[in-house]
Amino acid sequence: METLLTILTGILVAVATYLILSRNVQKVVLGTAILSHAAHLLIMTMGKGLKSGSVPILGEGPAYVDPLPQALILTSIVISFAVTALLLVIAYRTFQETGTDNLYEWRDINDE
Amino acid sequence: MNGESIHDNRTAHLLLQFIENNSFIYIEMEDLILLTINLVIIIPLLAAALVPFLHKKNSKIHIGWFIFLIPLTLFILLLRYIPRIANGETLAYTVEWIPTYHINFTAYLDGLSLIFALLITGIGALVTIYSIYYLSSKENLIHFYTYLLLFMGAMLGVVFSDNMMVLYVFWELTSISSFLLIAFWYHRKQSRDGAQKSLLITVTGGIAMLVGFIMLYYMSGTMSVRGVISAVLSFQENPLFIPAMCLILLGAFTKSAQFPFHIWLPTAMEAPTPVSAYLHSATMVKAGIYLVARFTPVFGGEDTWFWLVTSVGLITLFWGSFTAVRQTDLKALLAYSTVSQLGMIMSMFGISSLALNSGFRAESVLFSQAAFAALFHLVNHSTFKGALFMVVGIVDHELGTRDIRRLGGLATLMPITFTIAIVGAFSMAGLPPFNGFLSKEMFFTAVLNAGNAGLSSAIPVVAWVASIFTFVYSMIFVFKTFLGTYKEEKLEHPAHEAPYGMLFSPIVLGSLVVLIFIFPNGLGENLLSPALAGIFPSLAAGENLGVHIALWHGFNTELMMTIGVVLGGILLYMTIRYWKNIYRLFPEHWSFNTLYGNILEQLEVVSRKITDFYMTGYLRDYMVYIYLFFILAVGGMVVFTQSYELEIAENAPISEFEWVVAIVMIIAALSILFAKSRLSAILLNSVLGYGVAIFFVLFRAPDLALTQTVVETVTTVLFLVAYYFLPEWKKEDTRSRSDKVNLAVSIGVGVIFTIIALAVQNGKLFSSISSYFENSYELAGGKNIVNTILSDFRAFDTMLEVVVLLIAGIGVYTLIKVKARKGDTTLEDE
Repeated sequence: METLLTILTGILVAVATYLILSRNVQKVVLGTAILSHAAHLLIMTMGKGLKSGSVPILGEGPAYVDPLPQALILTSIVISFAVTALLLVIAYRTFQETGTDNLYEWRDINDE
Repeated sequence: MNGESIHDNRTAHLLLQFIENNSFIYIEMEDLILLTINLVIIIPLLAAALVPFLHKKNSKIHIGWFIFLIPLTLFILLLRYIPRIANGETLAYTVEWIPTYHINFTAYLDGLSLIFALLITGIGALVTIYSIYYLSSKENLIHFYTYLLLFMGAMLGVVFSDNMMVLYVFWELTSISSFLLIAFWYHRKQSRDGAQKSLLITVTGGIAMLVGFIMLYYMSGTMSVRGVISAVLSFQENPLFIPAMCLILLGAFTKSAQFPFHIWLPTAMEAPTPVSAYLHSATMVKAGIYLVARFTPVFGGEDTWFWLVTSVGLITLFWGSFTAVRQTDLKALLAYSTVSQLGMIMSMFGISSLALNSGFRAESVLFSQAAFAALFHLVNHSTFKGALFMVVGIVDHELGTRDIRRLGGLATLMPITFTIAIVGAFSMAGLPPFNGFLSKEMFFTAVLNAGNAGLSSAIPVVAWVASIFTFVYSMIFVFKTFLGTYKEEKLEHPAHEAPYGMLFSPIVLGSLVVLIFIFPNGLGENLLSPALAGIFPSLAAGENLGVHIALWHGFNTELMMTIGVVLGGILLYMTIRYWKNIYRLFPEHWSFNTLYGNILEQLEVVSRKITDFYMTGYLRDYMVYIYLFFILAVGGMVVFTQSYELEIAENAPISEFEWVVAIVMIIAALSILFAKSRLSAILLNSVLGYGVAIFFVLFRAPDLALTQTVVETVTTVLFLVAYYFLPEWKKEDTRSRSDKVNLAVSIGVGVIFTIIALAVQNGKLFSSISSYFENSYELAGGKNIVNTILSDFRAFDTMLEVVVLLIAGIGVYTLIKVKARKGDTTLEDE
């Protein structure tokens, strides 16, 4: 299971990298979103024994899965959501001002 | 060498007392006398700070008169030390500065530093008087005298400092003040260029010298020059010894305008003439000479030192005198002449180092005479070159030009100036009855000794040929300027004698030229012999060095050489129009100046090219650099340490359902790359998000699954909203070269990421700390372990995460609501 998930994560990272390298700002934002999926899955996979216990709520069983990665991921989800939202709005505003969503064209805009 | 007085450790104590009682009473008188050496350095610097205040209160009197008092006082103060120094006494006084790093403000007074200090203060006083008449009060005198005093203090610091770091500080201060003085008329482009060039060259050498000093400190463990000299035998075999020598010599050569670093000196002639006379003939350019003399006891025993110093000196001597002949500007002629004379002094110090060389022990006394000749010529050069610069300044000031082609026939109109010019130029050419004759004879003795010692017969030949050229340009200087036909129509002002105030300083210097010729031993015994003792501390027999000083004349080879110089020089001077074409062999664009200009230009062009090459301004390119670094550094580390391994034995079993979810996600991820419309890309992204949520369910993480579902939904909505406002994706050319690079980079990043993740999973080194959180009910009163971690055990994370959300919210709000009004953008543009 862990190996399968890790390979899945690697594919997500490759896809995210490819999107981030593109010249369309929307694709770049999409790439960051996918990158955060990959990161969350990876943190989960790295935890102690993926299915070797019950839900981490007291009274559910004799042994629990690792609760610490879950707490970390929960924090991370919220933060990456905030960043994605901000990035989208920045992309939207820049498009409004410049009339393009192409990063190569942004370079040539003289804003100084 | 008997009365060396060092008061290092008491200083801090004394200073403390001084601060506590705010009075000199507790400082003993003896310490006060010693402290004066430090004061000699500090006084000009303090005065430089006070110059602006002086000006406002006394605007009627030329402020130069107040400045004049400072070098005069210092000169008289230093004169009082001559008897003590002549007795072989040396003085040292230390004020602690950074004792932790052995950096202390130690002033050390011996014969060598006294010669230089007397030149600095004496010629400083004369130059000040001269500048009073040279510069009108319309000039920015505050700047001028501030820089001049700054330079004077720095130069005194250079010659008195015993601590190498302090020496370096003052050394750079001379470079900086010289830079300021050269660009005194900063509205002229040539002045700025000359200042920049001199700064670049001298500071480059200065930094090399600093590195050499640090090497010396590393080898010897002391910052003190005297300490290094006394410890030299213990580290002579160190591999850093020769590099340290070369770096320190680089500093000396750049400062003293030695070949090929001489190019800054002629362009520095854009400075006002008093500055040229003071800095660029008498004092600053001799800082490098001082350094060579000071470090001769350290490095003199090495063959490398002898060959470097002597050959560079001789090449400079020849090239300077050869080039001086072609100059048409009087100041440029004098500049090349200075270069040439400095080369001569340098080569003499090179020859004198043979006295310390183990291969020449028998003749050591003979060779040490070369250092005596060098010091003697150093003093002589300062006198006659100072006078000559002032003569040129007078001609320039009174006639409005210093171009030889426009001058002529001034002898009867400016008789006093003419006389001084003759005295200076004949001394420069090495003719009797002027002091240059004596030092030129001694120079010939030195090169003949070096030649006789079987080193190279080229040494005396080069010296002799260079002397002929020296004779030629000296004659050009006098006769083309003062004899011949008077061309009034080419002059801005009709010729007339200068005011006496302006003539005073050159007259004093001219008289010194004659006086030193008549009484050379007064100078020799009182100043030069003690200085020699400083250069050759190992030749303990000080009297031995003294015996030869009296032998300054006699019919010998040297005299024949001088006669040869005169005859050859007259011949060349008479036939100059026939052989002047030889200079066409060296066209203007072959010069070192052009080389320097090209180097400077190419440096700029190449660095701009490099920057333009990698700073493209495209986000994609910078991301590629980052990813490539990740692949090479992190991937390389994995390969290098061979830490990749795959262990699937401990994996949890995979159910069919999980296979389905994982495969769906892989397909979704890959199809994003091929998505034609962005709507499908956004939906595929949410497939990934919900897939992650399903995995969270499978891995017993209900809170995560809940959050992930909600967040994924909101994110998808956000993307869809953005979809409404943002334009349709343009089709990108997937066959382009950069796209293949992108693909390769992405696959590389993914593969290395996977390899590391797999390798890390198999390296569980210690068990998790998570069992502690299973006490959540006892410790935090909650049964949901994840929630107690978030809000109790690690609540700080949560608080800041909320702050992140808040800031993002504010950011979104401001971005959408607040827009620049029309006026604002124009304000920014201004």
